[in-house]
Amino acid sequence: MATGKPIRLFRNLSSKIAAIPMILTVLFVFVGGTAWTVTYSFTSSKLLPKTKFVGLRQYERLWETERWLVSIENLMIYGLCSMVLSLLIGFILAALLDQKIRFENTFRSIMLYPFALSFIVTGLVWQWLLNPDFGIQKIINGLGFTSFEFNPLYNSDIVIYGVLIAGLWQGSGLVMVLMLAGLRGIDQDIWKASRVDGIPAWKTYLFIIIPMMRPVFITTLVLIASGIVKLYDLIVAQTGGGPGIASEVPAKYVYDYMFQGQNLGQGFAASTMMLLAVLIVIIPWAYLEFGGKKRG
Amino acid sequence: MADTASQMAPTTARDMTGPHGPKPRRALSGRNIMIYGTLIVVSIYYLLPLYVMIVTSLKGMPEIRMGNIFAPPMEITFEPWVKAWSEACTGLNCDGLSRGFWNSVRITVPSVIVSIAIASVNGYALANWKFKGADIFFTILIFGAFIPYQVMLYPIVILLREMGLYGSLTGLVIVHSIFGMPILTLLFRNYFTSLPEELFKAARVDGAGFWGIYFQIMLPMSLPIFVVAMILQVTGIWNDFLFGVVYTKPDLYPMTVQLNNIVNSVQGVKEYNVNMAATILTGLVPLIIYFVSGRLFVRGIAAGAVKG
Repeated sequence: MATGKPIRLFRNLSSKIAAIPMILTVLFVFVGGTAWTVTYSFTSSKLLPKTKFVGLRQYERLWETERWLVSIENLMIYGLCSMVLSLLIGFILAALLDQKIRFENTFRSIMLYPFALSFIVTGLVWQWLLNPDFGIQKIINGLGFTSFEFNPLYNSDIVIYGVLIAGLWQGSGLVMVLMLAGLRGIDQDIWKASRVDGIPAWKTYLFIIIPMMRPVFITTLVLIASGIVKLYDLIVAQTGGGPGIASEVPAKYVYDYMFQGQNLGQGFAASTMMLLAVLIVIIPWAYLEFGGKKRG
Repeated sequence: MADTASQMAPTTARDMTGPHGPKPRRALSGRNIMIYGTLIVVSIYYLLPLYVMIVTSLKGMPEIRMGNIFAPPMEITFEPWVKAWSEACTGLNCDGLSRGFWNSVRITVPSVIVSIAIASVNGYALANWKFKGADIFFTILIFGAFIPYQVMLYPIVILLREMGLYGSLTGLVIVHSIFGMPILTLLFRNYFTSLPEELFKAARVDGAGFWGIYFQIMLPMSLPIFVVAMILQVTGIWNDFLFGVVYTKPDLYPMTVQLNNIVNSVQGVKEYNVNMAATILTGLVPLIIYFVSGRLFVRGIAAGAVKG
């Protein structure tokens, strides 16, 4: 203070103090933590992290491990189905709710409430519903269809679809709400115009409304995609990765190797691959969304 | 569609003495039957799991073994609920889910308060007191929301261990504050930016400082956004599983972790009614928040979904 001219660092000091948690988080967790994990994925860390660099050995081993390959395959199937189906279901439900119907709030509440529940609760409920001895399969068998078989949780070939049903139950309400908000944002005059021109409603949706809702679709897709990569709790609760390794996912691979298998290097390499997958989705999106604006 | 056509019936020869306004729709048109029919079928799909959970939790084990999961209980019993709450076993501990419940309360309350306090002040600094470099940090923060948690799990373990907080409640509160920061900061920054700037300028002219304006002007004006942030955080933290497993010790496990351990334990006979009662108990807090807050919950997730 006595020097007269304030030092630059102290200008706006309170604001900087208020931002300290953010600065620390960004530096030490988001940037530092990520860099640390990526760096140590090139080491032979086992029980404790150590700096013995082994190049790409961890990655070679990772891609030779059957469990990792199954995890990736599951994530691809789950991710693709979940993206397509939740967009489809979400949009159709939103379009139905947008028809000026009665009890709109009731229907919306019913479709959205699973989103308030945790993946653990979701997984456990569907584990019970899909239980072959008591659940849906037994009920339908009891109705006379004795050859009916729907036993995803004990059948390695379709177990991931059993998880998908639960995941869609939990998450499609959110997509519906986002889509409904998008539909409400569309100018009503467009509907009037298309009606005057005698265009059927489904054509209006397909060729006019959906292209107009591009930003909503992109946001929703990014949101779903970043959620899919994190898929972990649902698997732990519903199947535990089983039967065998049939429903393993990358996030579970990372956790198991880091905290239970005492093979940190594998965990780091696997999580770096997860980061890579997210970057492949995020960077083009960020470029499209923000890159254009800055230049324009 | 026949319905659209009828709406556009020629209006040229309208008789001004007759009834006015658009032609009233018949309640039971084919279109309505299709819409409501679909919505009702879909609603059943969404409601079925909740119904089965409740019904199963009210049955005795013999009835479950005999009957069908959709049938309402013949004899209602609350014993499974009592057992889930106070007797269910996880490993050697047999004091039920109540311990997990209170752990979750002890985790959620401070985490919600701390994360919202940090993020609101931070969002306010970013909106009204921008300093050099603030935007860079903010951008990285938002991108940080997309980094898979798995990438940062272990570095945080090391950081917490260095601070002597690994496995403690404080450590978990810090973790929740860190991972809640991107979305909450965005929420608050956007809200404070939308407030009229004159207000801020007038307070500056009157000599109010950073904290003065925050506590006396911004805080009282932004109660709705605080409620939205609270809903977001309470449900998010209550439902968390991963951080609870990684950063706490078994006697501090939150309710979700304990629930999973009870239901998916391999020892003993499976008591499905107790499991379902425990599952409902765990889902009850976010469900109550959801049904009480209604529109605000929707606003919260929509705010969380829309990027800045």
